[in-house]
Amino acid sequence: MAQALATLREKFKEQEKEIAALREKVAQLEMSKTPAPRPDVKVTPPTSLTAKSSLSNEDIMRYSRQLLLPEFGVKGQINLSKTSVLVVGCGGLGCPLAQYLAAAGVGRLGLIDYDEVELNNLHRQVLHREENQGQAKALSAASAIKSLNSTVQCCPYQLQLSPENALDLIQQYDIVADCSDNVPTRYLVNDACVLSGKPLVSASALRMEGQLTIYNYKGGPCYRCLYPAPPPPDTVTNCSDGGVLGVVPGIMGCLQALEVFKIASGQGSSLHQQLMMFDAQDARFRSIKLRPRQSDCAVCGQNPSVTKLVDYESFCGSAATDKCRKLNLLSRDQRITVQAYKLMLDKAEPHLLLDVRPLVEVDICSLPFSLNIPLSQLEAKNSDDIHLLRERISHLKHQIAGISQPPVFVICKLGNDSQKAVNILEQMSGLQVDSIIVKDICGGLMAWANIVDPSFPQY
Amino acid sequence: MAAPLSLHLEFGGGAELLFNSEKKHQVSLPGQAGPWDIRQLLVWIQQNLLKERPELFIQGDTVRPGILVLINDADWELMGQLDYQLQDGDTVVFISTLHGG
Repeated sequence: MAQALATLREKFKEQEKEIAALREKVAQLEMSKTPAPRPDVKVTPPTSLTAKSSLSNEDIMRYSRQLLLPEFGVKGQINLSKTSVLVVGCGGLGCPLAQYLAAAGVGRLGLIDYDEVELNNLHRQVLHREENQGQAKALSAASAIKSLNSTVQCCPYQLQLSPENALDLIQQYDIVADCSDNVPTRYLVNDACVLSGKPLVSASALRMEGQLTIYNYKGGPCYRCLYPAPPPPDTVTNCSDGGVLGVVPGIMGCLQALEVFKIASGQGSSLHQQLMMFDAQDARFRSIKLRPRQSDCAVCGQNPSVTKLVDYESFCGSAATDKCRKLNLLSRDQRITVQAYKLMLDKAEPHLLLDVRPLVEVDICSLPFSLNIPLSQLEAKNSDDIHLLRERISHLKHQIAGISQPPVFVICKLGNDSQKAVNILEQMSGLQVDSIIVKDICGGLMAWANIVDPSFPQY
Repeated sequence: MAAPLSLHLEFGGGAELLFNSEKKHQVSLPGQAGPWDIRQLLVWIQQNLLKERPELFIQGDTVRPGILVLINDADWELMGQLDYQLQDGDTVVFISTLHGG
């Protein structure tokens, strides 16, 4: 009798487990049936994460390799599934970060990006696909995440993080990952995290280098403790100017995901009050000890002057994007449009075209009749280059006898450096070189490619 | 009279572009009456290593905003900042903050 009862109870338990597993499966199927996520234009609160107390058989199967780690285990997995992470920027850092967090079973991912997928993103922004060009990055990333792990709640936000929406958004998440690409956004994310008491895992990458820190965490510094004043705008280089090797933000985004993972699972970050720097050229990591939270910090100090979000673009003197700035150094008569230059070429008017881009860019593409002297060499008054320029100008002068001042046109990629070069050449005119008339070609080679010659490469 | 100092200087995060794109510099500071501090080192760098556009590296008597100084792998804020007295064999690193992603 007792034996039979025990057997029945055992059976009953088994059936209960099976029903629970089935219920979970039904819930999952229902979730994946919902239409593709639409980007949030207004910030609506996502549904709250239901706290799991145990793992389903499918969870165990899917995450078994990380469940085996004593550092992580079932408890870590359950903690991770209860954690929400806001990813600011779905680019070179945000893609690998979101990918690994989703694969590992994070509870919810918020994916913010105002931008759209472009061909020149694909070498490093590895969640986006060729067919997603022109699509919102937040959406493209969300659909890649969904097909990787449908159990992760995914909230795409196709918007620019701003002082108006940042607090609302950040308050809905446990951890924030700064994967952005510009200075104003970095200050904005920092202040919003300090004001909402959220840990901020922050990575950055450029050229062949990366940096990683955690801010506002366990008495450590915030971004403003380290950088109370923003850098002068002309000292800031973005990826479209300076270049970046795709694997570098890839490595930094993975390390960033690792620290998020450790905080979410309950182990805590190893980068407390530390900055990790990666030099890809030397294949070298360096970790340095940082100052603690600064008592005089404007936002996290004892008497903060920043108690609500401010205008970060005016604080930094630059726009909250990584698009290139447009300089305006010259008067209208010192400039010429690409169309006007094309007309001049068609009439075969003698002139000198000076390309002031660095050699690495000239190797990518150039106009065949141009003379290349990089701006840096003009600035340094490099004697070989001055000599070459003098010869070319005097040759031109002989060619067009009768015109006292031969025309020199300066071109670069976008029309910023060419303006600086015009100023330098005007100082040289009549002194180091014959007297010349010098103009910059507005918008540079990219305007040439856009307006005059669509077959000219764009980079 | 303090003896000459041998220092290892490094520039990174783009700051090396102001120094002929060379990241590592082994330098020797001449002997002088008192000890060398970071404030004096910055003047020495400006006069001896930095050829172009000093405003992209130095502002007033300190580094421009956005450059982090590390002394022997620690934030200079922990070491006394401009007043840190340099020791023979010290490594001083100047890192420009990166913002790209």
